[in-house]
Amino acid sequence: MNVDVVAVRVPCLDAIVDIEPSSGLRPLNLRELWSYRELLYFLAWRDIKVRYKQTALGAAWAILQPLLTMSVFAIFLGRLAHVPSDGLPYPLFSFAGLVPWTYFSTAVATGAVSIVGSQQLISKVYFPRLLIPLSAAVTPLVDFAVAMLTLVAMLAWYRVMPGAALAWLPLLLLLAIATAFATALWLSTLTVLYRDVRYVVAFLMQFWMFATPVAYPASLVPAKWRVLYGLNPMAGVVEGFRWALVGGPAPGPIVAASAAVVVVLLVTGVVFFRRAEGTFADVI
Amino acid sequence: MSDIAIRVEHLAKRYSIGAGVESYRTLRETLGQLARAPFGRGRTRSAAAHIWALDDVSMEIKKGEVVGIIGGNGAGKSTLLKILSRITTPTRGRARISGRVGSLLEVGTGFHPELTGRENIFLNGAILGMARREIARKFDAIVAFAEVARFIDTAVKYYSSGMYVRLAFAVAAHLEPEILIVDEVLSVGDAKFQQKCLGKMDDVARTGRTVLFVSHNMAAVQRLATSALLLEGGCLAGTGPVRPMVARYLGGHAHARYQAGRRTGRPQILEAQLVDAFGQPVAKPLNTETFGFRIRFALPQSRSGIRLGIGVLTGDGTVVFTSGSDDVAIEVPADAREYEARVMVPGDTLLAGDYHLAVCLWDAGETLDLQEPALSFALEYGPSVLYASGDNRKGFVNVRCGWTLEPALSLVGLP
Repeated sequence: MNVDVVAVRVPCLDAIVDIEPSSGLRPLNLRELWSYRELLYFLAWRDIKVRYKQTALGAAWAILQPLLTMSVFAIFLGRLAHVPSDGLPYPLFSFAGLVPWTYFSTAVATGAVSIVGSQQLISKVYFPRLLIPLSAAVTPLVDFAVAMLTLVAMLAWYRVMPGAALAWLPLLLLLAIATAFATALWLSTLTVLYRDVRYVVAFLMQFWMFATPVAYPASLVPAKWRVLYGLNPMAGVVEGFRWALVGGPAPGPIVAASAAVVVVLLVTGVVFFRRAEGTFADVI
Repeated sequence: MSDIAIRVEHLAKRYSIGAGVESYRTLRETLGQLARAPFGRGRTRSAAAHIWALDDVSMEIKKGEVVGIIGGNGAGKSTLLKILSRITTPTRGRARISGRVGSLLEVGTGFHPELTGRENIFLNGAILGMARREIARKFDAIVAFAEVARFIDTAVKYYSSGMYVRLAFAVAAHLEPEILIVDEVLSVGDAKFQQKCLGKMDDVARTGRTVLFVSHNMAAVQRLATSALLLEGGCLAGTGPVRPMVARYLGGHAHARYQAGRRTGRPQILEAQLVDAFGQPVAKPLNTETFGFRIRFALPQSRSGIRLGIGVLTGDGTVVFTSGSDDVAIEVPADAREYEARVMVPGDTLLAGDYHLAVCLWDAGETLDLQEPALSFALEYGPSVLYASGDNRKGFVNVRCGWTLEPALSLVGLP
């Protein structure tokens, strides 16, 4: 290793920093964000490590949680209520929806309280605050990966072979991350400004799940309402995931509507967050 | 490239001190206000509920300067550091910082109790702005500095408070920014470790880096800083060489008696008063008489290992002597209650002059309360032949020197 490689690289590349009151639109400093990527890695690594150290079940929990929910759905909704499942075995159908949904709900639940929970850091050190909700959106990807392995096992068990649509999976995952991040941006800022928002979040997530085709197919929604239904960005994500993994009707319009909503949610979320972050340390 | 490291222009910071302590609102409150006054601004807080923690401060700090920021509680020291460290934004004014900033407002920020020492070094380093490769390169030096090599793979929740603080400071001490901003972090650890920390700060200052630090410890300020900023009530009261600034700060806070403001709920010095040999309050003690200090302090929670100490300082902040409960093997009981200590100074110890008293409560891990100066007093010469020459005597202490004087033996002229 030569000397140049060892040379110190300090995240704040800008040699000159101007400190001004935080008002109006503040452009996103992507270069700075990129220079802090190692901190994002360490924040995510810390949360994963601590979680797996503290919980006795560890990785098993990532499998058990969606698996148990699936069992409840399969018994009450599949068996007893005869909810349709686009011709797929109901357990497989609901599990394919639960995997992205569990990722999303975990990311949003931790993301909403992430800024308030990082009070110690925020009041003592500077770094782009955006990293905190971003880390909350990235960390549950480990559990997501574990749940995906379970899903692969289930596909093998039910002898279902994913088709060419599988190629869309990475893009759909990106859409899921963007949805979680955008929602976390909004909710984490609101939680700082209005401390009672956190009680709303639990209810919101419950409500949101019923508005998302996790336990039932989007085909239950009349065709003319589908695009409107897609305004719930998670409708596109979950429907898309299921389509990419186990087949079924292509959810084109829903996913397109969801993607558009996510872009809006993300841009406004970043603006909102940036306006508020300058004084997080004062109100937290 | 100019030689100015930090330029601050008309910097001001306003905090709202709403009806309660909390400055955030509840959604219900805001919605309620909107319902009552849909066309109002939605904010009914009056201007009276604001406080200017920093008010129109302008200054320049040159590259390579080591600047101590001094001032009483609520003078705006921490607010200034927070703005310069980009933790919060100013309400008005601007600042320009030329150079990479490393700020250390707390030791051990982001330490996680469940993680091992090794893991925390990397996490804390990353939080402070070090690259992973840089941390890896300095890893051995950090562990050696902290003296925790044996426990490096143990979760830090099992560390003693001393070990924890040493490790945390060691990480921070190996940060190599061009501009270092430090808040009262020298108050941690035992005396030996504090000396080590001061030494490290000295090293940093000597390599030509700009250092800006807040401390209540006037001895540390005088030792490290080349110049000082004096803040009072959010305004800049003066800048200049460190000695006169410290003297001005100490002089400006001359009280005959110390009484704590609000209770902090932590171990706290409540009262300090000058007394005579019989324990009665005295205003103008004579240096020939025994006098002392009556100090009341409180332990709100039961806590063992507490020590109480005093220091007597000259008018310009030089320490004349210190005395701690641990020096005289007095153990402070651990019971949660108030205590009163009397620390007596025998007559004929000090020369006449202006003095300040510093009082400190600490334990092995940290300084719990430091009042410097707690009170100030003028000592006058008592009627004694020892001081007949009056102000011709220089210095601060009366050393009982052994004297002889006789005609010198001359070798010349001996038989």
